[in-house]
Amino acid sequence: MLEFARHKTVPVHRYAAIYYFGGMTLFFFVVQVLTGILLMLYYRPTATEAFESVELIMTNVSFGWLIRSLHSWSANLMIFFAFLHLASVYFTKAYRPPRELTWVTGCVAFFLALGFGFSGYLLPWNELAFFATRVGTQIPSTIPVVGEWIMRFLRGGERVTTATVSRFYGWHVAILPALMVVVLGLHLLLVQLLGMSVPPPAADEARRRRPMPFFPHYALRDFLGWLVALGVLAALAALFPWELGEKADAFAPAPPDIRPEWYFMFMFETLKVMPGGSIGGLEYEAIPILGFGLAALLLLLVPFLDRGVVRRGRSPVFTAVGVVAVVYMVALTAWGYRSLAPVYAVLGAGILVWLFAWAIERHENGGGG
Amino acid sequence: MPADVTPGTIPDPDRRRLLNWFLGTSFGALLASIVYPVARFLNPPEVETAATNEVDAGAANDPEFVAKGYKIVRFGSEPVIVVRVGETDFRAFSAVCTHLACIVEYLKANQIIHCNCHNAQFNLQGQVVGGPPPKPLPPFGVHVVAGAEGSARVIVSRS
Ligand code: FES
Repeated sequence: MLEFARHKTVPVHRYAAIYYFGGMTLFFFVVQVLTGILLMLYYRPTATEAFESVELIMTNVSFGWLIRSLHSWSANLMIFFAFLHLASVYFTKAYRPPRELTWVTGCVAFFLALGFGFSGYLLPWNELAFFATRVGTQIPSTIPVVGEWIMRFLRGGERVTTATVSRFYGWHVAILPALMVVVLGLHLLLVQLLGMSVPPPAADEARRRRPMPFFPHYALRDFLGWLVALGVLAALAALFPWELGEKADAFAPAPPDIRPEWYFMFMFETLKVMPGGSIGGLEYEAIPILGFGLAALLLLLVPFLDRGVVRRGRSPVFTAVGVVAVVYMVALTAWGYRSLAPVYAVLGAGILVWLFAWAIERHENGGGG
Repeated sequence: MPADVTPGTIPDPDRRRLLNWFLGTSFGALLASIVYPVARFLNPPEVETAATNEVDAGAANDPEFVAKGYKIVRFGSEPVIVVRVGETDFRAFSAVCTHLACIVEYLKANQIIHCNCHNAQFNLQGQVVGGPPPKPLPPFGVHVVAGAEGSARVIVSRS
């Protein structure tokens, strides 16, 4: 084992920064496990007690607010980095043989992470979560034949009730973690066995430059990244404690700002623009749902579909499809959060200023670099 | 078959097949006897709900009716929206949006039953006038009766 660690190296080239995304995702996952275990000590998974127990955590338990906020923030950051990791592997086509299985296990881990997000969202039993879960679990029911069964299976009955909370809790703290440990273990093992992929455009460069020993050089860099991540996470949790909202009421209208978690927003918005009606017994809203399901399946199969990258080392079609998908998701997500327009304005201005400063500096340095 | 070979030392093809069959089926049966109960266990049981046929939605001049123009009442385990159109004119529909099951509200100013989830709009007949839902809201019966102390009460019933 030690021997292995001593000999492991990481390629060095201009895209090497992307190697950090996976480790970052792993870091947030570990935070999730640790804070999750702590939250289990006070949380009660029933419709009558869930909200109150989270309230208790937020108000009475010492540092409860911190632990819960860390859990929520870290969940979101984990998904964010998992997404970055996935996208960077996709666009650098690191799924090339022999790493097909690494990709497949990674995809499955990503879907499991989304499952964690979906099942965890309901647990505080607040209004937003209640309706998001109602909609989210109703969605499969539009699938012909098996839909109704899937819905009942997810909800633990006809409606979103205390049975649903218990069920989601079971998924969230037992079933999904067990699956995740297996899948993630396999994923990390494969990464170790097969090594890091070098993006084709950087192949020459990586050959010229000496690879970095994993231990201690690369591990220390990873570690530094995690320290920064921990700092950012703590700052976010301390400055913006996660809100709890209103307790869910099964006999009140859906609140006007109903929305799922941000990473499901593009699907939510797609459902919104879908008109009503049906063709041949298939309701219209089943179309985007089946579409997303198909997209997920295709994503899983990318290494086996993209033969161009095996033969010619490039596959512009897959890159183009990826770009379109990312643009679609970003655009619909931004549209879903259009009420945040001022934030976008500030962010945009910030990026402009930064670009401007960067350009000036470059100019002053004689345009080199 | 030579005479000095006792049956059984040389694999008898029929015997082998029989053994394989027993092995295969018992393994299959073992697996099925584990998978089947687990699968059935995961499937939630039906919950008996007492049949509700009539619900008192409150006084016709209930401040909630007058101010917001509607009320959501529990009809068994189902939410029902009761809209006050006029002093004695009430309408009742299932409050579960036919799109993806959010709970609707009534916008008094526009006289529209609205779903916040994906912007569905229904008119006072429960018909879809905008947004994604595939079907109209299922109607409920509603009538106003004279209650005690001369107050008119709104009664919702299965139509
Ligand atoms: S659930 Fe009402 S519009 Fe989608």
